[in-house]
Amino acid sequence: MVYAVFAPLIFAIIIPFLSRIKHKVHTGWLILPVPLLIFIYFLQFVGSDFETARQTIDWIPSLNIALDFYLDGLSLLFALLISGIGTLVVLYSIYYLNKEEQLGHFYTYLYIFMSSMLGVVLSDNVFVLYTFWEFTSLSSFLLIGYWHYREKSRYGALKSMLITVLGGFSLLGGVILLTIETGTTSIRGMIEQADLIVNSDYFLFILIFLLLGAFTKSAQFPFHIWLPDAMEAPTPVSAYLHSATMVKAGIYLMARFSPIFSEVPLFFIILSIFGLVTLAWASYMAVRQTDLKGSLAFSTISQLGMIMAMLGFGTSYAVFAAVFHILNHATFKGSLFMVAGIVDHETGSRDIRKLGGLMTFMPISATLAIFGTFSMAGVPLPFLNGFYSKEMFFESALDLGGYSGAFIESLITAIPIIAVVGSIFTFVYSMYLFFGTFRGEYKESELPKKPHEAPFMMLVPPMLLVIGVMVIGLFPNMFNQALITHSADAVYGDEVAKDIKFWHGWDSPAFQMSLIVVAAGILLYLTKNKWHHIYRVIPGRFNFNRVYDWMVEKIESVSNRITTAYMTGSLRLYMILILTAIITITAGAILISDGFNFEVQDLAPITAPEVIVASIMAIAAIGTTVARNRIAAILILGVVGYGLAILFVMYSAPDLALTQLIIETVTVVLFLLCFYHLPNLTTNNNSIVHKGTNVLVSIGYGVLMLVIGVTAYNSRFADTISNFFMENTYELGGGHNAVNVILVDFRGIDTLFEVAVLFGAALGIFAMIKLRQDKGAK
Amino acid sequence: MEIIMIVLASILFTTGVYNLLQKQFLRIIIGTALISHGAHLFILTMGKLKRGAPPVEDYGVSNYADPLPQALILTSIVISFGVTSFLLVLAYRTYKLNNTDNMEKLRGLNNE
Repeated sequence: MVYAVFAPLIFAIIIPFLSRIKHKVHTGWLILPVPLLIFIYFLQFVGSDFETARQTIDWIPSLNIALDFYLDGLSLLFALLISGIGTLVVLYSIYYLNKEEQLGHFYTYLYIFMSSMLGVVLSDNVFVLYTFWEFTSLSSFLLIGYWHYREKSRYGALKSMLITVLGGFSLLGGVILLTIETGTTSIRGMIEQADLIVNSDYFLFILIFLLLGAFTKSAQFPFHIWLPDAMEAPTPVSAYLHSATMVKAGIYLMARFSPIFSEVPLFFIILSIFGLVTLAWASYMAVRQTDLKGSLAFSTISQLGMIMAMLGFGTSYAVFAAVFHILNHATFKGSLFMVAGIVDHETGSRDIRKLGGLMTFMPISATLAIFGTFSMAGVPLPFLNGFYSKEMFFESALDLGGYSGAFIESLITAIPIIAVVGSIFTFVYSMYLFFGTFRGEYKESELPKKPHEAPFMMLVPPMLLVIGVMVIGLFPNMFNQALITHSADAVYGDEVAKDIKFWHGWDSPAFQMSLIVVAAGILLYLTKNKWHHIYRVIPGRFNFNRVYDWMVEKIESVSNRITTAYMTGSLRLYMILILTAIITITAGAILISDGFNFEVQDLAPITAPEVIVASIMAIAAIGTTVARNRIAAILILGVVGYGLAILFVMYSAPDLALTQLIIETVTVVLFLLCFYHLPNLTTNNNSIVHKGTNVLVSIGYGVLMLVIGVTAYNSRFADTISNFFMENTYELGGGHNAVNVILVDFRGIDTLFEVAVLFGAALGIFAMIKLRQDKGAK
Repeated sequence: MEIIMIVLASILFTTGVYNLLQKQFLRIIIGTALISHGAHLFILTMGKLKRGAPPVEDYGVSNYADPLPQALILTSIVISFGVTSFLLVLAYRTYKLNNTDNMEKLRGLNNE
């Protein structure tokens, strides 16, 4: 299982090398076996005798973070979708992207995504899950911006990044709180302590943080706005990330944690309301779109809302329907995206106003699209899987209970109505997509390319998906026992045994709702010209994109203003800010912790020679600040340096004294060499305020150092380690001079780096002088 | 005696920082040199000041001066020398290229 998760990642590293030979073989062919093998691997687990599996590798044991992969029914369903659709998408992309594109980038990002998505659905450790979660956001960002020279791609990529990463942070907050409350990092461990979590003080925060993470990722209202812009990605990516897998990560998260929340009314209320609003709003928006992929994007959003709502309902039937719909949606929506990509590829346009009458040119694509759109619309035919889950959705919407309260009761009444409204629009845009593209008038002059059928191999992936639609539709119970039931069990936390039936009888209320949807949908579609102006007016200017754009713009302009306020380019200002921060923070810390210690003890006796040297140094140091003449300033600085050397001599540091003498001499010489080229010191014509600040900051810093020095000198909490060096100088270092032995032996590596620093400085100096010569030579 | 030395180190810090806040490149370099002198003295003082007991083993005394601060200072002296000389050449180059050693005028370009 670990290999399955990491195989794509390992290949992502190899891909750039493989893509070197892309002119002979399309990179896609070389790496196609990877997802296929993963798919076959996970296929072994499918069956009515399914058993969970787990595999653990320690990662950060001290933080209780391990790569803990746990495969249950839900994970298995997702893993199969990820690897299965991944295989088809890679195959499809071989024909979609030609060899001139930067295939290396594309497949690297795609495989990073595949690994991380598998990681998300298989991790039992919340922090590992979070890590993979962010990786999916990152790879999605890279893939949306794949055609980075397009303005819109960059905009869409940034938007998806900002929104999903916001959710990612919130998820991190949620899992940290969960870990603190339960003391475990394992999801299963948390589910066992569901009562503890529900009764915790932080429960509300946990719930909101997790919901925010799920809603942003799964494009729920009002965070859905990133998904339509993500359609700038190449179509294989849209089919894969933005309809079949990544956007379902939020659904997965909710499904995974629903055993904890299922008894909480708030969870039911939030998820149902947001899910249904998303369903209705996005399906209405989908009708308005003129871009094929844009319409499909809103359709994805609305279907995600529907699944979210079903998870919110939380009844065993609803959970079962939700899981079933995850599978169904992946099949029909994946095939529709691929067909949309084919249309785009072969005609050069995705604008539904320009398309039409393509049935005659692209019969196979059209046939595939019929199955996809009709299944999405929920047309009651026994070979369309979309109908089954749609009807189960209605049934679960009608069969709600177990909660009390006036608000919840009115909500329960409203749910079926919103469900029907949303589904009517779903029906309308499905019809719109199919008939608008493939039927009607053929507008030759509008299309950049003469349409013709796609190459056969490009049709294979959507064809396989459509076959999936039909097989699931014809033999739903085969999938039910082998896969769906296990997934639903994992979500519901208890046995969910359901038979999927096609025919419930005329008097079944869910079937009647389906009929209403179909009838109203057909009516709305046939009279579509009358509604056009309404679609154009609502929502008009009211748009969440505006809110997003406004926020991004504000954040940019405000942060720009703040930055320019202090990043003036004046070094003096920077130094003052840094020093003031040091002074206030350190002094503050000392004040708060009451760290002063002025008890003077164990002092060396005061003797005249040292005091004299010290006074000379002090006077010289002050002298540097007032010196007008550059030679004077440099010589005074020399006085300080030599004074320090004398102090070293006095205080038993002969090595230091020697070094200091040599260095000080060289430095003064260097100064004198350089100053010849530099202008003389000017008088300070600064304002009083400037001078005052300078004096204040420097004195403040000096006093701070004084306080620290005295306090540190008097606070000795531990024995010095110097004795070790003195005692072992000869035994371990083979020398008598402890300072030398420390430098070359005990702390030899430090000295090595010191030499490296000098070397760097020398290189820099050399470069600066050399550059001047080159310029002079010109 | 240690108190006097700490006071001296503080004076070195104060004057160093004051020089650092000036406009002229040369003064800034002087400032950094003063600060490193101050730091060396500071570290030496922290290790207790002892006269006539250099940390050489067979000197015949039992109470040596602390060798560790000395080793640290030795490293630091050399490094601050490297930094000072680098800054000097940098100042020289800057002046040659821009004809000014006033840091307020050397602000870089906007929208870099």
